[in-house]
Amino acid sequence: MRPTALPPFQLVFDDHAQAVLNFLTGAVGASEAEDCFQETMLSALRAYPRLGDSSNLRGWLFTIARRKAIDAYRARVRRPVPVADPDPGSALDTHPDSDDGLWDQVRSLPSKQRKAVVLRYAGDRSYPEIAAAMSTTQDSARQSVHEGLKKLRRELR
Amino acid sequence: MTIDAALTDRFLERAEASRLVDVAVTTMDTPIGTLLLMATTKGLVRIAFEDENRDDVLGEVAAGVSPRILDSPRRLDAVRRELERYFAGTLRDFEVPIDWSLTGAFARKVLHRTARIPYGSVASYGEVAFGVGTPRGARAVGNALGSNPIPVVVPCHRVVRTGGAIGGYGGGLPRKRWLLALEAG
Repeated sequence: MRPTALPPFQLVFDDHAQAVLNFLTGAVGASEAEDCFQETMLSALRAYPRLGDSSNLRGWLFTIARRKAIDAYRARVRRPVPVADPDPGSALDTHPDSDDGLWDQVRSLPSKQRKAVVLRYAGDRSYPEIAAAMSTTQDSARQSVHEGLKKLRRELR
Repeated sequence: MTIDAALTDRFLERAEASRLVDVAVTTMDTPIGTLLLMATTKGLVRIAFEDENRDDVLGEVAAGVSPRILDSPRRLDAVRRELERYFAGTLRDFEVPIDWSLTGAFARKVLHRTARIPYGSVASYGEVAFGVGTPRGARAVGNALGSNPIPVVVPCHRVVRTGGAIGGYGGGLPRKRWLLALEAG
């Protein structure tokens, strides 16, 4: 078999589902993580046969997960009712992964900073996009990211 | 690290509802060992004995049919029920639909012919070769039978050597003897 052959999707799921869920719990909070997780895995499964390169399946899944996290944020900031902060107990605590400490900190940021940082760094969004997603100005989006990063640096030191 | 089972179940449910499961997989315990069963939406596509390497079998189906393979037992319920009755001696003819995707043109002809050998009887490699229009092709028939992706249900165990010697079997001769004994009643 060619080395680039795609493994059965079940194996991809078994190998990476927990890490993807951990990431999403950090990015959007436990209450929305499952929806994002399902959307991520369904999108991945849909696109899977057309995936040319199987060398970085984890990275590929995380790219999709980031996009779904952005979608969730956009949907959330459009909602008029404030959403409860993600609950503190989560899979992150029981399954430490390389990034988990950082995402734990991100989760504990104030809501506006958290959204802005996730959109900027997990979602790789531009400031105009972040501003649009958060229904705010570019300056304010930039400010929230800046404040969030400053707080993270302080706490991770 | 295994993820919460309920989460996996919901994913599977949605994947099936969105028709994204090209190949469903499950296993089944039988008197001749654990069988790996795989089905597409068209039908049963692969049965593997437990001594075949599971990853190799899955890889073969991923490459030959589709890599959208998920553990999804429900789609194989009908296959499982027929196999249960077969192993109990109460089913003589399988009726589940077959997906021949993993079989080339010649092998397909051979296996179609083989599927018509009645329960409890046998044919020789030469007879099957004659039946598919290649009277001198007994060896090619043997190869085609050896590559049968759906043993038991497509009864390649019913093909033996002229004169009654048992011949070969991809799943090993003890299994072939067991199946023939089951069908002899």
